[in-house]
Amino acid sequence: MKKTYNNKAWFFVLPVFIMVAFNALVPLMTVVNYSVQETFGDNVFTWSGVQWFSDTLTSDRFHAALLRQLEFSAIVLAIEIPLGLFIALNMPKKGFWVPVCLVLMSLPLLIPWNVVGAIWNIMALPDLGLLGRAINSLGIPYNYTRQPYSAWFTLVLMDVWHWTSLVTLLCYAGLVSIPDAYYQAAKIDGARPWAVFRYIQLPKLRHVMTIAVLLRFMDSFMIYTEPQVMTGGGPGSSTTFLSLDLVKTAIGQFDLGPAAAMSLIYFLIILVISWLFYTLMMRNEEA
Amino acid sequence: MKSLRALVPTVYIIFLLLPIYWLLNMSFKSTNEILGGLTLFPHHFTLDNYKEIFTDPSWYWSYVNSIEYVAINTVLSVGVALPAAYAFSRYRFLGDKHLFFWLLSNRMAPPAVFVLPFFQLYSAIGLFDTPWAVALAHTLFNVPLAVWILEGFMSGVPKELDETAYVDGYSFPRFFIRIFIPTIAAGIGVACFFCFMFSWVELLLAKNLTAVAAKPIAAAMTKTASTSGYELGLLAAAGSLTLIPGAVVIWFVRNYIAKGFALGRV
Repeated sequence: MKKTYNNKAWFFVLPVFIMVAFNALVPLMTVVNYSVQETFGDNVFTWSGVQWFSDTLTSDRFHAALLRQLEFSAIVLAIEIPLGLFIALNMPKKGFWVPVCLVLMSLPLLIPWNVVGAIWNIMALPDLGLLGRAINSLGIPYNYTRQPYSAWFTLVLMDVWHWTSLVTLLCYAGLVSIPDAYYQAAKIDGARPWAVFRYIQLPKLRHVMTIAVLLRFMDSFMIYTEPQVMTGGGPGSSTTFLSLDLVKTAIGQFDLGPAAAMSLIYFLIILVISWLFYTLMMRNEEA
Repeated sequence: MKSLRALVPTVYIIFLLLPIYWLLNMSFKSTNEILGGLTLFPHHFTLDNYKEIFTDPSWYWSYVNSIEYVAINTVLSVGVALPAAYAFSRYRFLGDKHLFFWLLSNRMAPPAVFVLPFFQLYSAIGLFDTPWAVALAHTLFNVPLAVWILEGFMSGVPKELDETAYVDGYSFPRFFIRIFIPTIAAGIGVACFFCFMFSWVELLLAKNLTAVAAKPIAAAMTKTASTSGYELGLLAAAGSLTLIPGAVVIWFVRNYIAKGFALGRV
């Protein structure tokens, strides 16, 4: 659509601008402010330069949390994106079952995050939970409050349960929007199912897949509530992801300076990785 | 081949429903039964857990609080996003692209980063422990999302609609309310759905911006979130009740879910 140039459009944007500026800029400046100051309480602040930033960047604790966070996001993306796409490809295209599938699949997305944690808590209890009991009866020792690998397994499974539907729904929306003519042309050419997938469906899904990867990356990178409820970051610190570590520093220990510096680095990492994903997935695309 | 295809979504949906079944199952059991051993369905069916929630004001008020801030947030987010999305879909103006990307970048802000500054900001202006604090805090990620979704839907409406209306003598506000809003009703529904969803499921901000008076259900649950087993039934019942608003909302938008998830711009 051809748009007219009109600066009066700013009046329409003004409410959003004021609201987001108030909500985003004021807190962000507070964080920036803390990140360069030292405090010993009583609201006495002294300038500390970039000390907190260099402390954070060289701290082993931060490196460990960042590494755990990257591993978690990588595992979760590697499972959820292909799985979600696979399910979407096998969904019925029309008929009675479509809304039923969509509603049932959306269900996990609308459960408060701490309830998601609680559900899996109950599900995975080694003695009282369905999952925990089942795994233990197979002879595999499983207790997510004691063994790091059990905790990781449970958290990944929980995230797959929680979010794969988002990928499925996005891909499904993309698939139903492909005109029938494309499939008919493929049929005439005698294309095999793999070729249809590779040369028709996958390219047409690029936009929605980009949205899916970006949303899943951002949200898995910010995960807080579910591990907090499930494992509290343990056992030890084996599931202390960045957000958990940050909340511990900021609210638990009230170390404002280090927490603020860590916040800014954290935010910057998300922005940079999201930007990388976006450019990589949208390259060769003039839009 | 055909039946194999149907197997995939079926197995997936069973996988999704199993933990939910387990939650419901727990919520209808007595504490004795829960601790007595693993049972696949409640042998002594009881509603005691639900009774306790509906008779204890600190429990049921927390539901009301949650619904309250989610509702305020949805109205606020979609309300301010409507004119902005219209501007983005119809006009070019100074800094429009930068503004749009700046808005979206707020969706990438981890709530953990904003907890403490939000707490101080809302305390300073006297909103701490009110539904308004949570509702405003959630606009941080809901306003960008609402603008994005609505802009997608509005761009699908041809500009001729606007022009015809002006020729017919409509003023802008009358056109916007009488003609344009009904035209993109589906988009508004989808935007409301997403705002509801992300505000309803968020806990970190909701919990830390409230203390007593406006405590959300999510935070009320953390007090019983012990794995000791004594309160598991109660926890399961409270959790089961939080599924209802989401299920109701999905039912209303079921025909738009697919399109809405593509944000109107596939």
